[in-house]
Amino acid sequence: MGGAKEIMTNREIILGRIREALKIAAPHPAFHDEPGEASPLAVSPEKWLPPVAQSLDQQIELFQKNAEDLRAEFRACANVSEVAQHLKTLASAGGWKKIGRHSGELTDAVARELGLPEVLTDNGYAVNDLESCDAALTGCEALVAQTGSVMVSAPSAGGRALSVLPPHHIVLARRNQVVPDLSVALQRVQEKYQDKFPSMLSFISGPSRTGDIERILVLGAHGPKKLTILLLP
Amino acid sequence: MSVQSKEFNESATRYTADLTHRGWIQKALAGYYVKRDEFRNRYQSWPEARKVAAEVKWEAVNHLDRYLEEFASKLEARGTKVFWAPSAKEAREYIVDVARQNKVRSIIKSKSMTAEEIHLNDALEEAGFEVVESDLGEYIVQLRQEPPYHLVFPAMHLTRKQISDLFHDKLGSEPTNNPEDLTMIARAVMRKKYCEADMGISGTNFAIAETGMISITENEGNARLTTSLPKIHVAIVGIEKILPKLSDLALFLPMLATAGAGQPITCYNTLYGGPRQPGEPDGPQEFHVVLLDNRRTELLADAEQRDALHCIRCGACLNVCPIFKNVGGHSYGTTYQGPIGSVITPHLRGLQEWKHLSSASSLCGACTEVCPVKINLHHHLLHNRRNAIHEHFSPFEKIFQQGMTFMMRHPGLYKFAAQMGRLAQPLQRLVSGTVLDPLRPWTKTRSFPSLAKKSFRQQWAERKKS
Repeated sequence: MGGAKEIMTNREIILGRIREALKIAAPHPAFHDEPGEASPLAVSPEKWLPPVAQSLDQQIELFQKNAEDLRAEFRACANVSEVAQHLKTLASAGGWKKIGRHSGELTDAVARELGLPEVLTDNGYAVNDLESCDAALTGCEALVAQTGSVMVSAPSAGGRALSVLPPHHIVLARRNQVVPDLSVALQRVQEKYQDKFPSMLSFISGPSRTGDIERILVLGAHGPKKLTILLLP
Repeated sequence: MSVQSKEFNESATRYTADLTHRGWIQKALAGYYVKRDEFRNRYQSWPEARKVAAEVKWEAVNHLDRYLEEFASKLEARGTKVFWAPSAKEAREYIVDVARQNKVRSIIKSKSMTAEEIHLNDALEEAGFEVVESDLGEYIVQLRQEPPYHLVFPAMHLTRKQISDLFHDKLGSEPTNNPEDLTMIARAVMRKKYCEADMGISGTNFAIAETGMISITENEGNARLTTSLPKIHVAIVGIEKILPKLSDLALFLPMLATAGAGQPITCYNTLYGGPRQPGEPDGPQEFHVVLLDNRRTELLADAEQRDALHCIRCGACLNVCPIFKNVGGHSYGTTYQGPIGSVITPHLRGLQEWKHLSSASSLCGACTEVCPVKINLHHHLLHNRRNAIHEHFSPFEKIFQQGMTFMMRHPGLYKFAAQMGRLAQPLQRLVSGTVLDPLRPWTKTRSFPSLAKKSFRQQWAERKKS
C-alpha cells in the first residue's frame, strides 16, 4: 500500500471528531430570549444565588441556620476546654470507646482533654480499626455560610476516609474559617495550594442521607449518621 | 415499526392503564415539587442563574477539544492515567483490563449512568468479577436484576414492602416496614464490601478543565467510601461533562441539587484530582479516568441540537414530564429516560430505531421550562421527528399527504369527500373500535367525534338566504 500512515491514537480520534463537529457554529443561548442582550457571564453568578450577609457574625448565624436545617449540630465554644466538655457529653451519651483523628493544633489539644483511646490516621491505618471507631475528630478548610457546608480536604481532615467512615463526625473550626459562599471557599483553597492541590476536596452538607426508599429521608445511609460542628474563636 | 418502538408501545399501554403505579409516582414526586420550589425561591434570581449556567456550558461544549486537552494534561501531571475511549467497547475493555492486571477480587461501584450506558457491570461479570452497587437505590435494582427506573431516583417505583421482601429473599433479613431499618440493612452489607473491595468504580458529575479534577455529587457517602478505601479508582467521564473553571462549581453544585432533587445542596460534593499524593494517609494508589465519546461527537456535530450536550443529568425534566409520569421509566428501554433521553437516544443509538420516543410527547414544554441549563428540549423532539422523516421518507405517508393536498385545493372534491364521510359515519359506528374499523388506531382507545350534519358552507348559504 501507499506511504506509511501513522496509526491514530484514541485521543487523536476523539479530538479529531470534536474539531470536525465544531466547524459548524451552534446558536448562542444568551440570545435565545432577547437578541442583543449582554452576555450573562458579565455578572458574577453570586448575584443570582441565595443571598449572604456582609458581616462575619451574620455569616456565622446563617451557617448555623443552614447547617441545622441539614440536621447537623452546631455549637460556638469559647475555648478548647468547652469543646472537650461538650465532646465528653456526646461520648458518654453515645457510649464512645474509641475515636479516630489526625494530628493538628486543634485536634491534638481537644483529644488530650478528652482522653479516649484513638486511631491516628496520619501515617496510614488499618481499615477495620478505623471502621470500628465511634467518632471521628477532624479539622476543615472552611465553613460555607450560604449552604451550611463544611469544606474538608485530605490534609485538613486526616485523609479521605476519616470524615466519612466513623458514624459520628466532629468538625473543629475557627471563626476565621467561615466564608460567605462556595465561590470564596474554592478561591481560598486555590490560593492556599496553588499547584500542590490535595487529591481530595469535599463539601460536606449535613450527615449522610438517602431518600431512595419511598423518597423518605433517612440519615446515615453509608457515611456518618451524625455531624457536629464546633466553632472556636 | 422498530422492535424498540413496539416494545415501547406495549409497555406504555400496560403502565398507563396501571392506576396504582401512576398514583404511586405522583405521590413520590409531590414532595419534590414543594422542596424544589422552596429552594428555587431562595435564589436572588433563578432565571438569571439558568442563563449563566447555559452560557458556561455553551462555552465548554463549543470549545470541547481545548478544555478536554487541558483537563487530561492537568490530571496526568499528577499521576492519573487518562484513557480516551472512542466507543463503549473500548471503555469496557480498558476497565476489564485494569481489573485483570491488578488481579482484583472484588469491585465496589457508586452510581454512574455512564457505566449503565456502556453496560459495564455485564462486561465485568462476564470476565468473572463481582461488582456491587453501593448506592442504595442502585443496589435495590441490582438485586432485582432490573435497570434503574429514573436516572436520579433508581428505585422510586418500589414500595417499602417490595424492598423489604427483596431484602428478605436475597439477604435473609427480617421483614420490616421501616425505611430506616431497610437502609441500615444495606449499610451493614455495604460496610463489609467497602473494607474488602480492591477496586472502586465511579461516575462523574463535572470535569474541571482548569484544575484537572472530577467532581462527584451524592447524598449517601457511598461514592466517598468507594473512592477512599480500594487501591484502584476508575472514574468514567462522558466528554460533555466539562466545566471550564473550578469556580463554575459555585453555581452548578447548588443548581444541580435544587433542580434535580429539591435540595439546597447535595450532601457530598467531592473533587478528585489524582491518586493518593505524597504525605496523604490514604486514597487509591492508581486513579484512572476513562473519557467516553460513544457517539457524543455525533450529537456535537448537529449544531441545532448541540445544546443537548449541556445536560447535567439532574432529572428535572423527567420529574415534570406528563409522559414519564404515565408510561414510567422502564417503558423507555433507554439508559436516559424522559425528555432528555428521548432527545439524545436517537443520536447515541440510531434515529430510526428510537424516533418513536420523540413522538411520545405532548410538546407541552414543561421540560424546557425547568431545565437548569436551558436545553431546548421540546423543540429538539420536533427536530428529531423532522430528521426522521427526511432520512426515511415513508412513501405511503407521502401519497397520503399529496392526496390530502389535492383534495383541500379542490372545493368540489372536498365537498364530495365530506358528504361521503357523513354517509359513512353511521356504518363506521357499527364496527367502531373493532378490527373491521378502518379508524381503529384512533377509535381503539377514543371515540371519534360526529361530523356536523351540515357543513359551514351549507349553513352560511342557508342563513344568507333567510
